[in-house]
Amino acid sequence: MRTKWLVLMIALLLGGCDQSAPEEKGFAGMGDQAQSFTPVVPGRVFSFPADHGAHDGFRIEWWYVTANLKDQQGNDFGVQWTLFRSALKPVAEQAGWGNQTIWLGHAAVTSRSVHHAAERYARGGVGQAGVRLAPFEAWIDDWMFASQAQDPLRDMQLSARDKNFAYQLRLTSSRPLVLQGDNGFSQKSEEGQASYYYSQPFFQASGTLQIDGQTYTVSGPAWLDREWSSQPLTANQTGWDWFSLHLDSGEHVMLYRMRQKTGAPYLTGTWIAADGQIQTLRSEQISLVPQDTAKVADRPMPVKWSIRIPDKKLDISVDAINRNAWMDLRIPYWEGPVKINGSHPGQGYLEMTGY
Amino acid sequence: MIWRQTLRALLSHWRRHPVQFFSVLTGLWLATSLLTGVEALNSQARDSYARASQMIGGEPQASLSTPNGALFPQRWFIELRRQGWPVSPVLQGRLTLKGQEDQRIQVMGIEPVSLPSDSAVAGQAMPIERIVEFFSPPGSTWISLDTMQMLGLREGDTPRTVNGQTLPPLLAQKDMAPGLLLVDIGVAQRLLEQPEQLSRLLLPKDFHQELPASFNDRLQLKSSGEENNLERLTESFHLNLDALGFLSFLVGLFIVHAAIGLALEQRRGLLRTLRACGVSARMLIACLVVELGVLALIGGLFGVISGYWLASVLLPDVAASLRGLYGAEVAGQLRLSPWWWFSGIGLSLLGALLAGANSLLRAARLPLLAVADPQAWHQQYSRWLRRQGWLATALLTIALAALIWGDSLSSGFVLMAGLLLGAALALPVLLSALLNPLLGRSRSVLGQWFLADCRQQLPALSLALMALLLALAANIGAGSMTAGFRQTFNDWLEQRLSAELYINPANPAQAREMHSWLRQQPNVTAVLPNWQVSVTLQGWPADVYGIIDHSYYRQHWPLLDSSGSDPWGKLATDDAVMLSEQLARRLKVKPGEHLNVPTPNGTWSPRIVGIYADYGNPKGHVLISSEHLLRGWPQLTPNRFNLRIDPAQIPALLNALQARFALDDNRIVDQARLKGWSVQVFERTFAATAALNSLTLAVAGVALFISLLTQSQSRLSQLAPLWALGVTRKQLMLLNLGQTWLLAVLTLLLALPLGIALAWCLDAVINVQAFGWRLPLRVFPLQLLQLMGLALLATLLASAWPLYSLYRTQPADLLRTFAHED
Repeated sequence: MRTKWLVLMIALLLGGCDQSAPEEKGFAGMGDQAQSFTPVVPGRVFSFPADHGAHDGFRIEWWYVTANLKDQQGNDFGVQWTLFRSALKPVAEQAGWGNQTIWLGHAAVTSRSVHHAAERYARGGVGQAGVRLAPFEAWIDDWMFASQAQDPLRDMQLSARDKNFAYQLRLTSSRPLVLQGDNGFSQKSEEGQASYYYSQPFFQASGTLQIDGQTYTVSGPAWLDREWSSQPLTANQTGWDWFSLHLDSGEHVMLYRMRQKTGAPYLTGTWIAADGQIQTLRSEQISLVPQDTAKVADRPMPVKWSIRIPDKKLDISVDAINRNAWMDLRIPYWEGPVKINGSHPGQGYLEMTGY
Repeated sequence: MIWRQTLRALLSHWRRHPVQFFSVLTGLWLATSLLTGVEALNSQARDSYARASQMIGGEPQASLSTPNGALFPQRWFIELRRQGWPVSPVLQGRLTLKGQEDQRIQVMGIEPVSLPSDSAVAGQAMPIERIVEFFSPPGSTWISLDTMQMLGLREGDTPRTVNGQTLPPLLAQKDMAPGLLLVDIGVAQRLLEQPEQLSRLLLPKDFHQELPASFNDRLQLKSSGEENNLERLTESFHLNLDALGFLSFLVGLFIVHAAIGLALEQRRGLLRTLRACGVSARMLIACLVVELGVLALIGGLFGVISGYWLASVLLPDVAASLRGLYGAEVAGQLRLSPWWWFSGIGLSLLGALLAGANSLLRAARLPLLAVADPQAWHQQYSRWLRRQGWLATALLTIALAALIWGDSLSSGFVLMAGLLLGAALALPVLLSALLNPLLGRSRSVLGQWFLADCRQQLPALSLALMALLLALAANIGAGSMTAGFRQTFNDWLEQRLSAELYINPANPAQAREMHSWLRQQPNVTAVLPNWQVSVTLQGWPADVYGIIDHSYYRQHWPLLDSSGSDPWGKLATDDAVMLSEQLARRLKVKPGEHLNVPTPNGTWSPRIVGIYADYGNPKGHVLISSEHLLRGWPQLTPNRFNLRIDPAQIPALLNALQARFALDDNRIVDQARLKGWSVQVFERTFAATAALNSLTLAVAGVALFISLLTQSQSRLSQLAPLWALGVTRKQLMLLNLGQTWLLAVLTLLLALPLGIALAWCLDAVINVQAFGWRLPLRVFPLQLLQLMGLALLATLLASAWPLYSLYRTQPADLLRTFAHED
């Protein structure tokens, strides 16, 4: 889900090359006109494993994993791993330095007291970063998300490292994928902005985590989001608040709010039952209200929320495990693990951009 | 009020003596212009080095490269990145643009996305927009404005290479290193026709980690300090320029000193009158200081302007020698900071103060009621001479001490400065000592007057003669050193470059194939492969060459020093090395001792069996047997083949080579071309030195001219009595010329041994310290004769105008001098 849009900043520059009209273009330029990139239209039939790979002709795409982990003492940790692909031109991937794709990796670990984030940039076409099928591998430098089995998402290895942290996790799941929105067509605004979007919310992760030289053996639920688009935001949209929640009941909730410069935010979500059945949540079915703000990186961030979905008898409060989960990268945003209290306790991840 | 009046009275002197006024100005002007000119050249070069080393990230970068500097596959970059090494690839090479076939321009390809984050490139911050613009087609070629203009190109142009490749549009960048084209790595691989090849991998400065084992013998780390060798290697070159600049400064100050001293002498009466009128000594001095300061400002201004001009005229030669000698690019257009202009004028002020200090001191001590008494003044002069004699002795002692105990370039310059200044100061003492016995022996009256008057002229002329001595000695010294070096260098080239053909294979695979192919060619009488590795020996960059045992080396590789018999045999069979003279001096090692060579398997300590000359190479040069080299670096392939072949067979072999390996032209070099290059580099190196040298001689000529001119005005009163006694004006003129020539010839005679001593200092001390090689002292009599002739001509020209005006003096003027006598 989430962050990825940032990537767009890169998209921005492409469009940004014609320095005319420095009009606001949505967060990180994601509201840019899609030029001749492939448009996102309803009714596309997904095909796996091909759709796990990169999609030529689309401007942006990402492979995005979060995990809510606990060590043997029950301490909470969060892990994020993201690979963005940003095409500078709507052309097929080409080998060599003439390739017009930039790859961007974000990785972070969060504990109650510490948050470390790192990023990697690479050009496509030479092997420094990319996504390959059979066996599936998404990588940038020595960060990777790679399949250990024939079935791409059944048994995965996830790793990243930087100066102050590292993690090596094994992610397994035997459950089917979840197509978000309308069979994978996920709308982002009333004007029809959309992306193709599927998830695997049922991963179980285990492995080790190093923070500032300390090693922890950890395990917990993880969530994969895959999304690609050519223009997911309108120029009017300034950022979003995005939730992926693992409820102890075995159910999962994904919901997001697109904030607009004018007018009410665009709010939508998906209810994923324990058996994988999904139900799209419309704006009027959801109540999403910030409850508390904290000053993070010199700006007020809503780090505690109240969420109610009366149809599902859900009435919870979602609170950041570490309020300072600021991703201080070239494109900065807030992203970290959250704890859920109320009718449906559990845990999850929250991403907030455009603040 | 008194201030103004006093100043006015003092300044009126210059109105009446414009020649003196211009002498002071000329002295200051010459002193400042040569020194600031040289400083401009040096600072320009240093700025260019700094720019080149700070291209990426604003500071010299640590990097990984192959041991022999060869290109390596791009795959290694990916492998290292995938092992977590934050490396960024660079490909560097040279290309020739269509229409500019006479120069090869450096190209640097970088990959801006993988550069350490926040790395500025050529002083430009690299936000992602600029990065994308840089590498997305059409991309851009960053170039310094200066280089773009030199190539006659404009922003947005897309020049073509001789191979038909088109460059991305040019974009001028303020802080680009000169002579360099910066492009994306992909573009560089295309332009240089090196697909998927890299020359280095840059590392962030704070990254320290052991290289993965699989790369251990493939790549080696160069720390950021080593990258900055250029500054170190070129240091001595710039020091030499500095020395020439200071010499000229000194000569210029002699002129100023002479002119100011004379002006003071002539104003003694005025100063006394002013003091008698109630002007305090302090105010008088203040006025004189102000006067001097204004003169210095004007002279300094002219000096800085012409220094700028001089630098811009010499810059192409200096840049060419730096490029030829060190591969260093220097911007062809002067860029000087305001600081340079101020320091130039400051230099002039300081120089004027230094040159005038003595006169000011004398003015301050001027006894109020003392009568002008030439005889008393002469006595004072002999006291002065004695003191000068002592000073000269002290300076020569310092020079001697520097010779015995000195062991650095600075001590070499102390030696030279002590020798030159000591000799210059000793000159009037010596001349006076020479004239005295002659005077005693002279029988004729006119002869006695001739010599006595000569001695009388000494004080006024001595400074000009000292300048002449210095300039002549410097010319003899530098001339004999340059000519000697040229001869030594040519002999050495003749011997060393005796293979007919030199071939550089394009890559390791080709090297292997070529080696066996060449060995099968019946026309090639000998194939001498070279393997090469770059290492750092005790902080000095050096190239280690692996060679095979062949009689060629015994015949054509002269050794300066060796240990034991058959050093070449030992080199082939024992743990032995030979090394270049400059490296041996730098490391302070001798034959018989051991050298520590770092290899991937640890340190290897072979014995030194020979030392050979390697003129003109700023890097160290080491020879070892190829077996030893390949034991340390087994993956190496030959980087060059030297071929012995009958010259008549060369075209046929070249055709076969081209047909088989499709080598590009600059990979095949024949002997004549190589010699041509070497000689060209040499000539350009000394072009700037020669130009500066003749300028010093010119300055000395001007000094002599001005001294004679100022002197001639005060000479009338001494010549008038002779005229009254019946000596004709023509005779007087000839007598005068004879006097000047006598002094000049004596000075020249003294300049000869001094010049040869200086040449020895340059050959055996300065060259050794600056470049690491000692040259045999060679004296070229013809050159000396030429120089002497030139000096006499200069003296003649310098005395022409004063003599002419003497000749034209009206009898009435001569008579009037009697009326003025008080």
